[in-house]
Amino acid sequence: MQFALLVYESPEAFAIRNDETGSYIGAWRAYYKTLVESGVYVGGDPLEVPETGTTVRLKEGKRGVQDGPFADTKEQLGGFIILELPSVDAALDWAARCPAASYGAVEVRPLAPESKHRITG
Amino acid sequence: MSGGGQESTHRTIERVARESYGRLVAYLSSHTRDVASAEDALSNALVAALTTWPRDGVPQSPEAWLLTTARHSLIDLVRHQQVAAASEPTLVLLREERKEVTLSPEFPDERLKLLFVCAHPAIDSAMHTPLMLQTVLGLDAVRIAHAFLISPTTMGQRLVRAKTKIRKGGIQFEVPQERELPQRLDAVLEAIYAAFGIGWDDMGGIDQPGRELAEEAIWLGRVLLHLMPREAEVRGLLALMLHCEARRRARRGPDGSYIPLAEQDSQLWSVALIEEAERHLSEAASGGRAGRFQLEAAIQSVHAERARSGRTQWTAITLFYEQLVRISPTLGTRTGYAAAVGEANGPQSGLVVLDGIDPAAVSAYQPYWAVRAHLLQRSGKTREAAHAFDQAIGLAEDPAVRQFLLQKRG
Repeated sequence: MQFALLVYESPEAFAIRNDETGSYIGAWRAYYKTLVESGVYVGGDPLEVPETGTTVRLKEGKRGVQDGPFADTKEQLGGFIILELPSVDAALDWAARCPAASYGAVEVRPLAPESKHRITG
Repeated sequence: MSGGGQESTHRTIERVARESYGRLVAYLSSHTRDVASAEDALSNALVAALTTWPRDGVPQSPEAWLLTTARHSLIDLVRHQQVAAASEPTLVLLREERKEVTLSPEFPDERLKLLFVCAHPAIDSAMHTPLMLQTVLGLDAVRIAHAFLISPTTMGQRLVRAKTKIRKGGIQFEVPQERELPQRLDAVLEAIYAAFGIGWDDMGGIDQPGRELAEEAIWLGRVLLHLMPREAEVRGLLALMLHCEARRRARRGPDGSYIPLAEQDSQLWSVALIEEAERHLSEAASGGRAGRFQLEAAIQSVHAERARSGRTQWTAITLFYEQLVRISPTLGTRTGYAAAVGEANGPQSGLVVLDGIDPAAVSAYQPYWAVRAHLLQRSGKTREAAHAFDQAIGLAEDPAVRQFLLQKRG
């Protein structure tokens, strides 16, 4: 069973992402290594800053394209990690250890392999 | 009635609910084994109190009032469940009991039975603590869910399932026989300790579920001691929790940073709590049979000595750990033993103890990696230490602990 941890971060956290001197990058490196060593890591990527996003939607049959993220909240999706785990309890444990859980939020959501299969064949 | 009077009535209701909740649930469910209905009936009675008491005044015996009202509600509830055949004996039982209770405001304290039911071997051990917190202390599922990192909906469902099992699974409301008492009591003590949730606090290993519930756990410990005053291990557990609780203020710096036990300002420890812990510990020791919790409390007692002597007697701690590992060879005690040996006999000796633990068992056990990192660093093995630090940091949940370890790693 695979779960996605959706990592929400504030603009401040996005801003210090490339700062080599602070503890931000160290905490993330350690978390990543631990996930890999624990054998639960499947994949994942950080996402570009929210401003680079584009949201597309169809409203009443008309296409709408909007610059930026879908929701205008303070915290934005900053990345995601795919983990292979036996249960949602284990996924929540890993989410709690994620550095973003203390400075932002991490959403846990099961992947939908059946939907993917439907799309990719 | 004035607003202030109403407010104080509300406070009275809160206090009575807090103090009497477990007693009432235990008594209302002890014959029917239907904990969920007892809780529903009691919450109906509390709602009734919120409307009636501010208007008519607080009754002379609030607990008896709640019991009578809850009992009426319970009879209604059972009737509405419309399983006439099955509930007829229950109704008869309830009517019988009503006669008894109206005669006297006193009723037997059945909380001990309820505690043993909550920690019954037929119930999933992960649910022992949540059940106790809900049925004995009246905590709601949302708060319990937060502490145990489970979605509130899921926690609610698991609690319902556990209560159904109590009702239908033939779990008796009784204090276990002498023969099985030690084992059954261990399960109760374990569940209370899990609510307390501090494995050990020497090295940044505070990574246990339920740590927000420390005060609730101490409350449960006091309830249990009140019910079983002669059990040494019950006193041992209470002493252990009080010793740890005594250091609460010293565990964080003014900026919220994590301070390990060895670096804590012992002047910030609570003298009152330490003294109370010591009283329980020496009372327990006079019984003769040393158990796991007494040994853990004894270790904390040696740490507490530093407030007076200014130094930590690591050799004494090592000796207590040796006994502890013999009777309770858990990951936590073996890791604690390794840390103590590392302090008493040097980091190499501590690492030898750590190497004796199955690597597969510790891959996600944060305190192990924190201790390993510390011992490797002290022996000058920088590269290996960095790897262990990474594991400890990656497994840490508390951001203050993570920050502390990041700094130590350098």
